[in-house]
Order: sequence, then C-alpha cells, then structure tokens
Amino acid sequence: MVFVDEYPKTSKLVRSEFIVAFVALGIGALFGIVQALHRTGMFRGFVSSADYYTLLTGHGVLLALVFTTFFIAGLFAWGVTNSLERELPQRIAWSAFWLMLTGTVLAAVAILGGVFGAPSVFGHDLEADVLFTFYAPMKAHPAFYVGAALIIVGSWIAGLAYFKALWAWRAENPGERIPLKTFMIVTTMLMWYISTIGVAVEVVVFLIPWSLGLISQVDPLLTRTLFWYFGHPVVYFWLMPAYLVWYTILPKLAGGRLFSDPLARIVFVLFLLLSTPVGFHHQYVDPGIPEGFKFIAMTNTMFLLLPSLLTAFTVVASVEHGARQRGGEGYFNWLRSLPWGEPAFAGCMLAGLMFAAGGFSGMINAGMNINYLIHNTLWVPGHFHLTVGTAFALTAMAISYWLVPQITGKKLQRRSVAIAQPYVWFVGMALMSNAMHRAGLAGIPRRTAEPTYDEFAFEGLVGTVAEMRLQIAIGGLLLFLGAVMFLAVMAETWLAHRGGRLSVNSDFPAPLSGPEHSPRILDNYKLWTAIALVLIVIAYGPPLASMLADGVTMPGSPPIPV
Amino acid sequence: MQVHNFEKVWLGAALLLIVGFIATISYGTVGAGIAMVDDSGGQIDPQAVQSGETGTTFDDPGVVKQNDSHYVVYVVAQQFQFVPGSGDNPIQVPANTLVTFKVTSADVMHGFAITGTNINTMVIPGQVAEVTARFDETGTYGLVCHEYCGAGHHTMGGSVEVVPQSQYNATEVTN
Repeated sequence: MVFVDEYPKTSKLVRSEFIVAFVALGIGALFGIVQALHRTGMFRGFVSSADYYTLLTGHGVLLALVFTTFFIAGLFAWGVTNSLERELPQRIAWSAFWLMLTGTVLAAVAILGGVFGAPSVFGHDLEADVLFTFYAPMKAHPAFYVGAALIIVGSWIAGLAYFKALWAWRAENPGERIPLKTFMIVTTMLMWYISTIGVAVEVVVFLIPWSLGLISQVDPLLTRTLFWYFGHPVVYFWLMPAYLVWYTILPKLAGGRLFSDPLARIVFVLFLLLSTPVGFHHQYVDPGIPEGFKFIAMTNTMFLLLPSLLTAFTVVASVEHGARQRGGEGYFNWLRSLPWGEPAFAGCMLAGLMFAAGGFSGMINAGMNINYLIHNTLWVPGHFHLTVGTAFALTAMAISYWLVPQITGKKLQRRSVAIAQPYVWFVGMALMSNAMHRAGLAGIPRRTAEPTYDEFAFEGLVGTVAEMRLQIAIGGLLLFLGAVMFLAVMAETWLAHRGGRLSVNSDFPAPLSGPEHSPRILDNYKLWTAIALVLIVIAYGPPLASMLADGVTMPGSPPIPV
Repeated sequence: MQVHNFEKVWLGAALLLIVGFIATISYGTVGAGIAMVDDSGGQIDPQAVQSGETGTTFDDPGVVKQNDSHYVVYVVAQQFQFVPGSGDNPIQVPANTLVTFKVTSADVMHGFAITGTNINTMVIPGQVAEVTARFDETGTYGLVCHEYCGAGHHTMGGSVEVVPQSQYNATEVTN
C-alpha cells in the first residue's frame, strides 16, 4: 500500500515540510550562484559588494538552517510513522510546523530588508547582515533573533511528536526493541535537545534583550562560545538524517539488506555522546580560551571520527551485499552491478563518496595546530560544501526522488532529468570544492565579497588563482543547474495526476544481523543522555565558569551596526 | 553481540588512525613547540579601546622594542583597517627575531592572518590575542582580516614588511 493512502495525515505534514524546504533550497541556490560569480569577479552586476553580505547571510540561513531543518522534520515524520506504523500526533506536529514557519518568515524578512535599504521597523533598521553565525557585537534587527529562536523551539516541539509516538508504541508493544529508524531519529533528537541549549541561551538570554536595548552590553567571547556549543552538533543534526537514509534505505535500493543493526545503533549512540563536547575546535585560534580546553575538544573530535569510519564500513558492506545479490562478482567488479541509473541510489552513493573527501579535509580542520594554516580561509567552505552541501543536500535530493512519489501517490516525472541530476551536482561540487580547498591553502579568506587587496596579491601553491576562480565559477553554475533540475522534477511530479502503480514502496527487508544481536543496553536512552551530559560538563564547565566569573556581560560590547 | 571479523579489523584500524592523529598533534604541541593562541594576552575593555582610553600601548599602537631579540607589535583592528598595518602604514619588523603580536578589536570581531605563515588568530572584542613568531625570510607579507566585520570587510587588509635585522629602522620603535 502506498504511504500516502496508509498514512494520509502524516503524508500531508511531510509534504508541507518539504515544500518549505524546497522553496528555501531554490532561493538559497540563487543567492549561491550570485555569490560564486561575484567573489570570483566573473560578474558583479547583481549586487554591490556591501549587499553581497546580505545574500551571504540569506544563503547560509536558508540552506543550512531552513532547508535542512524542514527537510529533516519531513524525513523524520515519515521515518517514525513508517517504522512504528502509526500516524504522528497531529496537533503537536502541526504546531511545530507553524512555529518554525513563522520563525523562518521573521528571519527571512529581517535579512531581505538589507537589500531594500534597511527601512526602520519598530525603531530598528530592518537588516540582518550578520551571516549564519551572527557573532555579537554585530547587531541584527530583533526580528532576526526572534525568528531564529522560533525555528529552534519549533524543532523541539517536532521532536516531542516523535517521543509521544514512541511512548504510545511502547505501551502497545512492551518488551520489543525500538525499530531502527525510530531509534536513530530519537537519538538524533536527544542530541539536538542537548546541543541547542547553547544557542537558545545565547539568543534568548543575551541577544534578544541586547538587540532591544534592555541590556546594554554582552560578552562577545561568551556568546560566541555558546554559539559553537551548538555550532558543531548542528552539523551532526544534518548528517545523522543522511546516515539514516544510508543505513536504512540505501541497502534496499542497492538490492540488498543492512549489514548490521547493532553497529548502526552503536554509531548513533556514539554521536549522542560525542557531538557536543567538541565545539572549541571551531575556536582553536580564539584568544581568551586556555590551550588545555582546546586540547580536550581536539581529542573528543578525533574520537568522533569513529562512528563515521564505522559507517563507511557498514554502508559499503551493505551495498556490496546488494550488488552480489544482483549477480555482481570480483573484488571491485561488483560495483558495475549496482543501479547507477536509479537517481535515488546514484545520488546517495555520490553523496557518500564526496563525504569521504569531506571527512579527510575535516581531519585537517580538527588537527589543532595544522588548523592555523586553514582557519577562516576558503578551505573551510570548501570542506562544508562537501558535507552539508553534498553529503546532506545531495542525499536529501536523491531520497526525494524516492520519497516524494510515496507521499503524493504520483509517479516521478522527468525521469531522465532526475537520472542526470546527481552527476551534475557531483561534477559541479568537485570543481568548486577542490578549488576552494586549494585557494584556502594559498591563504585566501572565506566570507568576503572581493578577495583581493591593495597591499599585496595571493599566490597559489597548487595551480594559479585565476584557474581556481574559473573552477569555482563553473562549479557554482553547475550546482545551480543541479538545484534547478531537482526543483523542476519535484514541481512536475507534484503537479502531475495520480495514476498507475508506483515502482517504489516503504517496505524494508530485515538486516543481515538484526536487533536480536544488539545488546538491549543500547536502547537505554537515560544512560546515554546522562553520559553525554557528563562529557559536556567536563568539556564546557570550567571554561564557561571562568567566562561567567568575570561578570556575565564583561568584558562587554554595545550593539554595533554593520 | 555478533561482530564480523572484517568489522573488527576495520575498527582496529580506525582506532589506530585516531590515536595516530592525536599523537602527531601532541608532538606538534610539545615537540615542535607550536603553541595555541590562548588566554595569555588577558582582557581589555573594548569600549575603552574604541575611545583610546585604555591606559595601555593600544591607545597609540605600533612596534615596541623589548630588547634586541624581542619586539612586541600592538595592533588595533577596527572597521575596516588594522592600525598599524593597513594602507601606507605597514607593520615593520626585523627578520630572525622574536616578534609578539598583540591584537585587539575596537568594535566587532575581526581576523588577523599573515599570508604564507601560520600566524592566524581571531580578534575578539574584550580579549587580547597574543601570537609570537619569528620570520626567517625578509620581504612583504600580506595581512588579512578573515572574519566578516561589516559592509566594508573586503577592503580590510594590510601588509607586514620584514627587513634584515641590520637594516631595521630603530625610529619605528615607539619607546
């Protein structure tokens, strides 16, 4: 039975979450191509260099916060419903959706005010050119901070719907193992609750009152530290849903079964434990933080490689199993037996491959002392366009080719465009990202409208600066094309009429090694949450205590316009 | 719980890689002596930096000679320049001599990176970033603000001129 007919209410919710996500993706991608052409100097006619930062803020917020959070909310709603075989509690899930949407509109209006001359609204200039990280003391319109807070609070309430569904399921199925998808989703949400406390305190306790003039100053190092308490786990909030897809859907698309249910559970528990006490690795070169705390964050970060390395094994093993079921043979020849012409499969695989490259550049970022060479250079966006920009985004697009037909009941339209799209994205990202990494090694900074200076010129270590610019611009164009192709396929599918049998469904084969092989203690959420909190107290207790001890808002800065 | 043999080998290799990374970084810190930017620069009132009333050398930033083998460079980063460093006011330091950069902000967050070196620090209002280095090669190095600091961020650069010790102009030294 098609998912939309079995669970019509949750299907409607998933569709709504996806529509917001896809609109954000389209606008964010448009800003992205304008930036790629602007900063490489290929074409600067769209915006002035001062307004470049408005688009950069929009690109970061719409893609990294709005597209991700709404898509994940939709995917999780499907995942919980599918694996617990029950509709989500509708009132809770829908209030979460409307809260997140209100927050998105507030933040988007505040940002876009910047390109319309920043008119005064409620006594504050309507602009938010503060980028995705909104470091104080740079000030945005209060609506921006309120919007960000509503998105976060909305995501908390969305999580409550999954918990309520799980509790209801448990009451009816006492003693049974939590189904894998729900296990992964609830573990991700627990990680999310713990980590978003940082940004919630930053925004609600400090930035909202400060932007309204209720408090005169904030401590920029403290608010920045609270941001990064949240800023690293958020990347796992993007990644864990991609892992959910790679573990639970991809093996089936390959024609096989998940290799190991126990290992999948261990990986997610490790993420719950280690995702948060690592934020100082974004602050390796911050003054005001003793070296010892940075070292603790570094070791935690390195151990955080473990779940991803284990995932690489399990996913490849599951896919290989699938290939052999399809008649694949040999050490590497089985790769030829995989369904590379299936857009959902090809997209997930290419996303995983790029994630491996992103993982390696991430190991450099995590290397405390080698980080000096690349901190805040173009290397860093080169890295995260492989992770959130491909591992997450391409997986999300790929799995939409498989999931959207099931939540609409309509066949995928423009199949040939869908088949080509992941490859277009892959080539575009390969061009853009390799050049960004190399530009970073030459010292070229990120987050700038014009990376050229009166006083000196950059010299490439590998390749020339002109060649890197060309690759970034061509790569950016291909990525924009890839986004447009995806959105066109989605729009046509959405507007098509129902008819005929779907070739996809949400029935899953059992893993090769099932939950009966995984220790029950893995499902003990209270234990893992408690350990996660202890690790956070060790990593964050002393540094936060010393930042607060000298006065909560000292040394303090008043709001400063951009 | 059943763990496949290949999985065990993979797990062992992964742990080895992780421990290896931590070991090399520890060596970089202890053996090669690459210190991290830390809290040694102390704190400062950012509003006093803005008004030039800190009562420290940041009120009149520039190069200060500690002794023949150690110079300290005080730099104020502000929207959208380094003082000294930007435009026709480059930072001048001697080669093969210890140079400590002390950098703070008069307004928002900035970055301070010298191209072709591993000198790279955040500049955070309220904190003094302290980085000590030695330039082996003479020449002009680029200075970059690498953290977005406002609408004119892309104009915020500068240069560092490293001259031979024998030619280092003592009049650059403010006291």
